[in-house]
Amino acid sequence: MLTLVVFLPLAVCAGLLLWPRPVSDRVCTGVWIAAAAVDLALAAALWAGFDPDGGLQYEQRADWIPTAGVGYHVGVDGLSLPLLALTCVLFLAVAVYSLRETRRVRAYACLFLFLETVCLGLFSALDLILFFVYFDLSIVGMYFVIAGWGHGERGRAAALKFFLYTFIGSLALLLGFIGLYLAASPHTFDITELAAADPLAGRGAYAALVLLALGVGLAVKTPAVPFHTWLPPAHTEAPAAGSAILAGVLLKMGTYGFVRIAMPLLPGVWREYALAFIVVGAVSAVYGALVALGQTDVKRMIAYTSVNHMGYVVLAVGAAGVLSGTDDQARTLAVTGAVTQMVSHGLITGALFLLTGVLYERGRTYAVEAYSGLAGPAPRFAAAVAVAAFASLGIPGFSGFIAEFQIFTGSLAAQATATALAVTGILLTAALFLRALRQMFLGALRLPPGSPDGRFGDLAVPETTAVAPLLGLALVIGVLPRPLLDVIEPASRAVAGLVAR
Amino acid sequence: MSALLWLLAAVPLTAGTALLLTGRRLDRPAPALGVAAAAATLGLAVASAVLRPEASAPLFAGIRAGLRVDGLSAVMTVVVAAVTLAVLVFSAGEKDRLSQGGRFHGLMLLFAGAMLITVTATTLPLLLMAWEVMGAASWALIGFWWRQPQRTRAADTAFLTTRTADLGLYLAAGAALAGGVTALDLDALAGARGPWVHLLTAGVVAAAFGKSAQLPFSFWLSRAMQAPSPVSALLHAATMAAAGAYLLLRLHALLEATAWGGPLVAWTGAATALLLGVAAAAQRDLKQLLAASTCSQIGFMVLAAGTGGVAAGTAQLTAHAAVKAGLFLAAGAWLYALGTKQLPALRGAARAWQWVGAAFTACALALAGLPPLSLWAAKDEVLAAAFAQSAALYATGLAAAAVSAVYSVKALWYVLRETPGDAWQGYDTEESGTRRVTPLMRPPLLVLAAAAVALGVLALPGVFSALRDAVGTPDEPSPSAWQLPLSAAVALSAAWLAWRIQGRGPGPRLLRPAAVRRWAAGWLGLEQAARTLAVRPVLALARATAVFDDRVVDGAVHRAARAALTAAGLARRSDDGGVDALVRAVARTARRLGRAARRPQTGLLHQYYAQAAVGFAVLTLLLLSLR
Repeated sequence: MLTLVVFLPLAVCAGLLLWPRPVSDRVCTGVWIAAAAVDLALAAALWAGFDPDGGLQYEQRADWIPTAGVGYHVGVDGLSLPLLALTCVLFLAVAVYSLRETRRVRAYACLFLFLETVCLGLFSALDLILFFVYFDLSIVGMYFVIAGWGHGERGRAAALKFFLYTFIGSLALLLGFIGLYLAASPHTFDITELAAADPLAGRGAYAALVLLALGVGLAVKTPAVPFHTWLPPAHTEAPAAGSAILAGVLLKMGTYGFVRIAMPLLPGVWREYALAFIVVGAVSAVYGALVALGQTDVKRMIAYTSVNHMGYVVLAVGAAGVLSGTDDQARTLAVTGAVTQMVSHGLITGALFLLTGVLYERGRTYAVEAYSGLAGPAPRFAAAVAVAAFASLGIPGFSGFIAEFQIFTGSLAAQATATALAVTGILLTAALFLRALRQMFLGALRLPPGSPDGRFGDLAVPETTAVAPLLGLALVIGVLPRPLLDVIEPASRAVAGLVAR
Repeated sequence: MSALLWLLAAVPLTAGTALLLTGRRLDRPAPALGVAAAAATLGLAVASAVLRPEASAPLFAGIRAGLRVDGLSAVMTVVVAAVTLAVLVFSAGEKDRLSQGGRFHGLMLLFAGAMLITVTATTLPLLLMAWEVMGAASWALIGFWWRQPQRTRAADTAFLTTRTADLGLYLAAGAALAGGVTALDLDALAGARGPWVHLLTAGVVAAAFGKSAQLPFSFWLSRAMQAPSPVSALLHAATMAAAGAYLLLRLHALLEATAWGGPLVAWTGAATALLLGVAAAAQRDLKQLLAASTCSQIGFMVLAAGTGGVAAGTAQLTAHAAVKAGLFLAAGAWLYALGTKQLPALRGAARAWQWVGAAFTACALALAGLPPLSLWAAKDEVLAAAFAQSAALYATGLAAAAVSAVYSVKALWYVLRETPGDAWQGYDTEESGTRRVTPLMRPPLLVLAAAAVALGVLALPGVFSALRDAVGTPDEPSPSAWQLPLSAAVALSAAWLAWRIQGRGPGPRLLRPAAVRRWAAGWLGLEQAARTLAVRPVLALARATAVFDDRVVDGAVHRAARAALTAAGLARRSDDGGVDALVRAVARTARRLGRAARRPQTGLLHQYYAQAAVGFAVLTLLLLSLR
């Protein structure tokens, strides 16, 4: 079942690619939407059959490279199920949004279907090499999206930077994986076996080096300061759909790696160096928000708010390490908040990037000062951006608050100063979103001189259909968080318990 | 029972959200729908005030979302719902100015619904959620006329200032958890352990000061005057600004858990009451005067909370709600009719619209603290609580009460004048007036004015002790026999004096010297200070960080990439010029040697013989020499 969910998009991708006759754009997008919708329905079925207190479920094992201790081992628990569902939702939204895409649609659809399988595969992988393969393939897929459908020459440069930078990160990750493999006896890459064996317990400097490699690899992907500078150009130059997937799903691979691999597999050394993660998290949160406030390009601004939001996640996982053994409730809150933040950021930032795509299509620029008074000609667009902005700045009633409140409340006991500093991030994001909203949407109408037809159309049906469900889900999670938290909480309690060993 | 409480929260929130989501389609029936929802909410509020329901639901790990109506909440819910209904009826009378009624009424219902949850929440996260939603709604309402930049900028200022203070509540939640209050129950906060109780108290107090526009956050309320008048009425009387005072009254036990909590809160309240009262007396714009007076009057509630006068603060809050809502609606009616809120231009306004004038007069006299009206009664309860703590607090409060009389009478003096012949010159300076007051504006004004007068019953000992029992502080002090007459005398003489000075015109001089007047008229320079000390440095830091990020952090990445390219170039050169050159040199040498070896191969036998002979000779010599 799980394998079907993961590989269905790839199968459709292969079919679409190998179909001998030319396929019209509409059919391509239609097939793509249908595949994404079926996959979402399957994921919903997974969710419906999931027992929150049952640990790992839907497990499947098969031999792959038995001599090297590598196997095909997949399964989901409360940490990965929300991310699987998020992936399906976001890819469906992006597919609907792409109804307006006209450039090489067949290849575009195939690429995104491929990426969907890669992302779903990563979140269900329980083998380090399997995880690494998906981790790397996501870079390859996104490279082609940015280079092929991005903004011209600069797009290709940004794609190259993205590829090389994150590729170096994934190499560091591989080093860490090999370090884990060598320490275990018998040698294995299986995550559950490694978690049970805790091979690096008492290994001192060796364990620290492995954590360093893992930490750097994941921090590049997350991205955490100072490894974040690939993100703004990649986001700015990518097409809106690519940005939404990049921010919504790909960044989560880094933070998911922390809760799936780094924390449970290296508990002792994680506790020892938890403070470093707290500091990196708090710095990322404040630094990301400050740099975002200093931007004049709305897409770059949103990209930097991702650094801020992911900083909260790193802060929380670090705090869970410090609190080990003292306060069970606080570290459960912190880890639950971290996972909730991954889901929430995916929905909200995904929506924001799709909306900036709408903006670019109408006005051909991301410069904040080029626009004014858009709420007049485009009230629905303005309302959607305002809702997404308030959700992103953490207003209660949306998922961001549910995540951030748990993170702050859970982390304060671990490191009061760093957490108090990180809390100022929500004020900075409020300031930058309000300023952007005021300059672009309120006041007297002004459009950029380069806008194609001198007018600014409101949201079209595919755009609304793509964005509204994302914001609607953020609202539902914000108002009725229990269904989601019921799934996450047992798993985060388990992770917190593993770290406390 | 618990369904009643969920309904009380859900009716305004869902009705508001529905009105917002329908876009422009429901603009026409929106006022009627809004009033209907507000009326239903009032019914639910009264029912829950009687039945005292309780409800809760799981929220986070070990933390629930709880709602309860106890004595304090019962008063608050009824006040909030009643003022909301009055304000929405008034707004229905102003619907041509408030076109896009769906958006307006939807936001107002959200605003009120959030306040209703705030005053009934029993756990910190739920309170914080409602608290922040209220802030967001205030942003959208203050900037309701979004085409005018000064209004949207004011909305930003209001939201960002209050959110700065709200960070305190986020920290307070963490501190409570760290201090052992694992369920984050409001009632249990005072029991937080160790140093955490200090952070907890500081966070709560900061958030309350911000929301209630106490010193040093007061300036946002001045900017918030860009909101439509009904918004101001609701925001000042029963939501936002009142919320901070409510929080401190609710958590008065926490203030006593530290040595500094109570005195800090009490003195800040007293100082705000006095200084912002002075600021009010210096205003020439009616809405600005009323806004400063809100800070001042809420200062009395904060003073009460800091001195344990919960019932006194509640009485002050209730009386102020009626008075201030009435005053703002009256000011709004004149603004609607005359297009101005400048006091000199409003001369004679009370005579031109006598119902409005009568309501304004009643409320202004109550605001002045004249007996036997509501705020006189309530303020004396507050001052009695202050006196029990310190005589200096009492004296400051009494001075603030005198200032209240001064600014109230100043406003009243203008509107009660004869209409001057050239009055029209001052009209329509801010918006285009309609020269009429619509019928729907009248009932809310009269109801509020009646309440402003009738709540004077709070001075009756029986009524006040019932209130004390209801909020659960039966031991609160009552004003002693000399305090009521003293405060009445102070208010009356201050009012008389102000009327006399004002009447001496032209250029009435209530405040001297001029520098003090300018300082007070500019709201004590608070916004300027905030801009200089906080906003500009942060923006400069943000720009500097952005440059740092591009040049240094990303620059390092680019330098690393360039270094890698340079290293690759070097490697290529060393490869071409080193290893490969060596290989070629070996090849060359081999070729040369080969060529040299080919030389002797001439094909001529005699030369071979000669070579062999030479070789033989050399070998022989070698052997001989080695021997």
